[in-house]
Amino acid sequence: MNFDFSDDQKQLRDQARKFLAEKCPPKAVRVVLDGKETYDRALWKGFADMGFLGVAIPEEYGGAGAGHLELCVIAEEVGRALAPVPFSSTVYLAAEALMLAGSDAQKQVWLPKIASGETIGTLALFEGTGNPSPKAIKLEASNGVLNGTKKPVADGAIADLIIVAARTASTGRDSDISLFLVDAKAGGVEAKALTNLDPTRGQAELTFANCKAEPLGAAGEGWSIISQVLDRAAVLTAFEQVGGSDRALEMGRDYALDRIAFGRPIGSFQAVKHMLADMYVSATLARSNAYYGAWALSTNAPELPEAAASARISATQAYQHCGKNNIQVHGGMGFTWEFDCHMYYRRANALALGLGSLSYWEDQLIDRMRKRNAA
Amino acid sequence: MNFDDTPQEAAFRETARAWVAANAPKELEDELASSSLGRIRLKHADIVEVGKAWQKKKSDAGWACLHWPKEYGGRGATPIERVIWQQEEGVYGKLTQPFQIGEGMCGPTVMAYGSEEHKRRYLPKLASGEEIWCQLFSEPAGGSDVAGLRTRAEKRGDDWVINGQKIWTSGAHYSDYGLLITRTDPNVPKHKGLTMFFLDMKSPGVEVRPIKQANGMQEFNEVYFTDVVIPDSQRLGAVGDGWNVSLTTLMNERMSIGARLATGFPEMFEFCANLMTENGLAIDDRATRSKLASWAVKASGLKYTSYRAISALSKGDRPGPENSIGKLVAGVMLQDIATYAMDLEGAAGVLTGADEAETQGQFQQMLLTSPSMRIAGGTDEILRNIIAERVLGLPGDIRVDKDVPFNKVPTKGRT
Repeated sequence: MNFDFSDDQKQLRDQARKFLAEKCPPKAVRVVLDGKETYDRALWKGFADMGFLGVAIPEEYGGAGAGHLELCVIAEEVGRALAPVPFSSTVYLAAEALMLAGSDAQKQVWLPKIASGETIGTLALFEGTGNPSPKAIKLEASNGVLNGTKKPVADGAIADLIIVAARTASTGRDSDISLFLVDAKAGGVEAKALTNLDPTRGQAELTFANCKAEPLGAAGEGWSIISQVLDRAAVLTAFEQVGGSDRALEMGRDYALDRIAFGRPIGSFQAVKHMLADMYVSATLARSNAYYGAWALSTNAPELPEAAASARISATQAYQHCGKNNIQVHGGMGFTWEFDCHMYYRRANALALGLGSLSYWEDQLIDRMRKRNAA
Repeated sequence: MNFDDTPQEAAFRETARAWVAANAPKELEDELASSSLGRIRLKHADIVEVGKAWQKKKSDAGWACLHWPKEYGGRGATPIERVIWQQEEGVYGKLTQPFQIGEGMCGPTVMAYGSEEHKRRYLPKLASGEEIWCQLFSEPAGGSDVAGLRTRAEKRGDDWVINGQKIWTSGAHYSDYGLLITRTDPNVPKHKGLTMFFLDMKSPGVEVRPIKQANGMQEFNEVYFTDVVIPDSQRLGAVGDGWNVSLTTLMNERMSIGARLATGFPEMFEFCANLMTENGLAIDDRATRSKLASWAVKASGLKYTSYRAISALSKGDRPGPENSIGKLVAGVMLQDIATYAMDLEGAAGVLTGADEAETQGQFQQMLLTSPSMRIAGGTDEILRNIIAERVLGLPGDIRVDKDVPFNKVPTKGRT
C-alpha cells in the first residue's frame, strides 16, 4: 500500500510552501483584506510562472500535464497561506469544467490562457439563497442568449471567462439545465462586487442581459457536468481547508507556548491543551479523508462522489473547528483586526459555503453511501 | 498513490490467506463476525479454550507473534507483514483476545528487559498461547496516575515480598503469569521508587476476585497480594527503574488497543437504513442524516489514517503520530451512536432483551459498555494530554508531587 504522496509531489509541496511564505505573507493578504486591491496580481503572475495554474492541464493545452495529485499539494499550500488570488474559481471550477465538457476548440482557446494566468475563470451557479439544485436555476438560455442573474459568483467581478448554468427547458428534470460559456469582455454581462465574509476572495452578482453565450457540453447535460465539477472542486477545496486547518492549529499551538498567564505558559493548562488536541484530531481526520479524495480524483475512480463528499465534510468541519478555537486560544487578542486569527476564521467559514453548505454535502454523502450499499 | 501490495507483500498475503483458508475454525466465522464490541462470547464454546487451540495451531505454523524473532516464538516478520497477517486473519483475530495483553504488552517488556534465559523460557510459550499473561499496573489509588501505585515490594534475602492490591486486571483469572509494577521505595518521589517484576499467578498469597462492572458483566478482576514471594531473578530492569520499564509496556498498550477499533458506525448505518419511524425511514430524516454523515467521515477518517500508517510501514518508515487519535475518536463515537440509536427507538429503546426486535439489544449493550472504551488503555483526558505534549509539543502540567517523597504526598482530598 502506498497511500501517500510521492517524493516528487512532496517536493512540489515544499516548493509551493517556500514560494508562498516569501510572496504571500499575511501582510500581502491584508492588502486585499483591506480592500486596496481586488486580488494579488503579482502573486497571480507568480502562480503562472511557477506553473501552479496549469499543473493539472494537459500539455497539449498549455499546461504542465502533471495531474491532480500535484494540484492537491498546491491547493493545500494555497489554503495554508490564505492566498488572495482567484485560484479555486479559475482552476477547480472553470478549468475542470472545460477539461470535463469542453470541445477541443474551447479547450484550445481557454486552457492555455488559464495556465498562463491571462484568464481568470469562474462558475456562475447560484441564484441567491440555497444549495446546488437544478430547480434553483432560473436564468434562461434561448437561441444562444442568456438572461437572468447569478449570485454569489466567486471572483465574478474579475472573471474573464464565466461558465454559466442555465435553464433550457422546464420539465422538472435534471436535463433542463445546460452549461454555457461566456466571454465577459464581449459584453452583455454586468458585474457588481458584493461584500462578503472573506474579502480576500471576492464575490459578485452577475446580471446577464441578452448576453451571447456558447454551449459547453451537450444540451441537457449541464447538471451532470456541474455535479462532477463540484465533486472535483470539493476534493481540491478540501486540501485548501486542510492547509488552513493545520496553519490555524499551529498558530494556536505557538501562542499557547508563548503566552504566559498565572505564571505559566497557557499551553500547560489542560483546558487549553485539550482544545488543541481536539483540533489536531479534526485536522488529522480531515487530512486522511482528503487523501482518499485525492486518490479517487487522480484515478477517476467510481468511488469519487462518495470520497469527495467525505473529504468535503471532514475538511469543512476541521477548518471551522480549528478556525474558531484558534481565536479562543488567543483570547482577546484573537478578536483584534491586527491578529491574523480572523482571516483564517473568515476563510474557514467562507470555504464552508462556496460549493454548497455542510448540510448539502451531508445529504449527498448519505445518498451516495446508500447507492453503494444498494449496489 | 495506490492501495496495492508490492509483489513481495502480495506473495506474503497469498501465503497467509491460503493458510487461514485451510486452517481456520470456519464454524465460528458468523458468530465472530457479528460480535463487534467488547469481550467475545461464544454460544457453545469457551473463548479461552478455542483461542488456545487457534493460537497453538498458528504458532506451530509460524503465524503467532510473527513480528517477534524466531528464537522467541515468532517468525521474524516485518511490521507490514504483521499488518497483512492481521488483515488476512480477519474475524479469527478475535479469538486471540485472551493473548493480546501478553502479546502486546508483557511480551515486549520481557523482550526489552528480561534475561536471555527468561526470553527463551517464557516468550515462545506466551506466543503459542500455552501460557497466558496479564498486566498488573492499575490500582485503586493509581489509574491515570499509575505512578501513584501503593503495592509494596520489600527485599528479603534474594527474594521480594509483595503486599497490596491491583485492579482492572483483564484475564487475571485464567492467566499463568503477570507483569507486576510495585513500589520498592516510598521515601523518594513517586516515579523513582518503582520496580517491575513478573510472577507466577499461582504463587501462594495471590487472590483473584472478579469485579462486577457497571454494565453488569464480569471481565476484569481485582488481584490481592498477601506476602507473595518473588525471586529477585524475576525483576525486570533495575530497582527503582520501574517507571521507565512501564513506559515500554504502556506505549505498546496504546498501539495494540488501537489496532482493532469498533466505532459502531456500520451497525448504525444499517440500522438507520432499515428503521421505519412514524415519519418514514430514519435515514430519510434530516437530523439523522446529518449525524450519520458526521460519524461516517470520522469512521472513514480513522480508516484512512490507519492506511497512512500502513503505508509508512510498507516503506520501512515509522508511522507518524496521527494514529494516536484512534481510541479518542472511536470511544466517544460508540457512546454517541448508542445514545442516538436508542433515541430513534423511542420508549422501546429502554428494553435490553436479546429477543427485542430491530437490534436485539445491541445498541443498549453498546451504551452500557462504551464508558469503558473511554477509560481503559488511557482515558480520553490522558490521550489528549499525550497528543498535546508529544505531538504538539506543549509543556507538561505542573506536577505538585513531582519532587515530594511518595510517603509525604497527600492521600485524601476533602478531609
